[in-house]
Amino acid sequence: MSTARLPDRTQLMDFVAAEARLLDAGRLDEWLALFAEDGRYWVPLQGALQADAEQHNSIAYEDRLMLSLRIERLKNPRAFSQQPASRSQHVLQLPQVDHIDHDANVYALHTPFFYAEARGEQQTLLTGAWRHRLRLEQGQLRIVLKRVDLLNAAAAHVAIQLFP
Amino acid sequence: MIERSFVNFPSQAGASGMRFKREQATAISALVEPDRVHRDVYLSQELFALEQQHFFGNTWNFVAHASQLPKPGDYVTLDFAGRPLLVVRQADGSIRVLYNRCAHKGSKLTSEACGNAGKFLRCPYHAWTFKLDGAPLAVPLRSGYEGTGLAQCESGRGMTALRHVEVYRGFVFVKLNDAGPGFQEYFGEALQSIDNMVDRSPSGELQVAGGVLRNIIHCNWKMYLENINDTVHPVSTHESAVQAAESVWKGQPADSPKPMAIEQILPFGAGYDFFDRMGGRVYAGGHSLLGVNFSIHSGYALPPDYEAALVAAHGEARTREVLERSPQNAVLFPSLSVKGSPLAIRVIRPLAADRTLVEAWSFRAVGAPELLFERALSYNRLVFSPMSVVAHDDVHLFETIQQGLRSPGNEWVSLHRGFDPAEIGQGTLTTNGTNELLMRNQFRAWAHYMTLDMKELAQ
Repeated sequence: MSTARLPDRTQLMDFVAAEARLLDAGRLDEWLALFAEDGRYWVPLQGALQADAEQHNSIAYEDRLMLSLRIERLKNPRAFSQQPASRSQHVLQLPQVDHIDHDANVYALHTPFFYAEARGEQQTLLTGAWRHRLRLEQGQLRIVLKRVDLLNAAAAHVAIQLFP
Repeated sequence: MIERSFVNFPSQAGASGMRFKREQATAISALVEPDRVHRDVYLSQELFALEQQHFFGNTWNFVAHASQLPKPGDYVTLDFAGRPLLVVRQADGSIRVLYNRCAHKGSKLTSEACGNAGKFLRCPYHAWTFKLDGAPLAVPLRSGYEGTGLAQCESGRGMTALRHVEVYRGFVFVKLNDAGPGFQEYFGEALQSIDNMVDRSPSGELQVAGGVLRNIIHCNWKMYLENINDTVHPVSTHESAVQAAESVWKGQPADSPKPMAIEQILPFGAGYDFFDRMGGRVYAGGHSLLGVNFSIHSGYALPPDYEAALVAAHGEARTREVLERSPQNAVLFPSLSVKGSPLAIRVIRPLAADRTLVEAWSFRAVGAPELLFERALSYNRLVFSPMSVVAHDDVHLFETIQQGLRSPGNEWVSLHRGFDPAEIGQGTLTTNGTNELLMRNQFRAWAHYMTLDMKELAQ
């Protein structure tokens, strides 16, 4: 791997901002393509306190197959819960780069957010922090783990239909 | 919008009060006809208030699991039918349920969801203390109460303990009112669904684990409960989730092992015939078993050695009985729905006429392979999480029903499918899986328990 192509802090931060923009634009196939083959999207039920996804349940814990299922369903004309469709807005704080290890090919970021999901007359607000673990694959950054720690993860929620 | 009134004058004593109670009971009973129900059962705020007082007072409801309270002093709190409850493990190992209200001014003794109280309960406001069974222990400045009536009144007697509490194989149930039958009579054979779940552990012990997924749905609780027994909706309601699952799994070799999520979602696409043949059963009092013959859960493979461990513990015959029955849903009317395989339950908590809390709990069966726990977590996450792609369409429909029912022109909801006048007044009945008898049976029990103490008061 040539050092010229290794990501710097700005590129890592830009990656996170661009990811949010794809989500909020509803460009979900392009968003899915950001995930590594073994990538996971994880919304733990205990928020930031949760250690793993095996001993405790999660609001969502999905591999690429499940994420593609979710995205396929949103396109289905009989996804009745999407009539009218949901739209989302992420408002991100500047991502903090927690970890850069070029040798191990591990990059970690922490990004506090506010998230709104609107559908018809209803709007749901959530807040918390994203925790990304990224890897460089063929010169492209890929998501190994996208962890979404909701502030009120354990509370009772109304339906969350897109991707906080 | 809702013209009918059920509480249009304040409760009255004496002969006119008795007549009112009788008239109220008659008006409520008239909402449930043999083959349909009036929309007011879902829409009326007044009926909801009466449900809190009468229906949820006269019925037995699940409040906690013993495994949440392993040690003396361990407690969980919950809000049940508008009452704050404190479920607490006693020094002698028994479980008591108290109203979470200080005998003095009414503060909650604790506002945590769970914890350990130590040897006694202490109010944060004026430091009144109570034994774990609610009995009064001490108050500061006791001399100030000398010569007063405190000791003789309710406030001097400590925290109020519920009189009707039953722990059945670890499942803690309460009945708030004195009216209504005892626990065994109330549930009868329907308790077999709990036995089926508990006996999936070689040592007959379940543990709540992995957290509780909690959902707010803007619909009446009865809509959710009915849908647990609705076998005709998956084909149309869940079409998008099933088609998406089929589409992403398409192209895989027929013998390639399915990931757990695919294994759990694809069966939702089973056709009308499958759901009809699975069979349903009703028990007196609103309880039911859906999937008498088989269900969408029947296809889960048994982990190696598990069957042998069960046979060693329970014997061949009982093991076969347990494993051959994986009901779609068993309803312990009105607030608990049990699966068995997966080891998952749903708890339905009404919050308002148009707002319901639905909780999905997962269990470990002690001594059973971890795979069973993984299946419980996975199923609850896929199907009962606020982010569930299966539930989104259900929730959307429940919420539109809550709105659509306000339409004029038809005040009734049809429950005609499979109706047979001979079914009325029967106890246990087994029928085809798409018969709406399971819902009619719920509403008949609803009218019964809703009016039970009104009739007693009127006598």
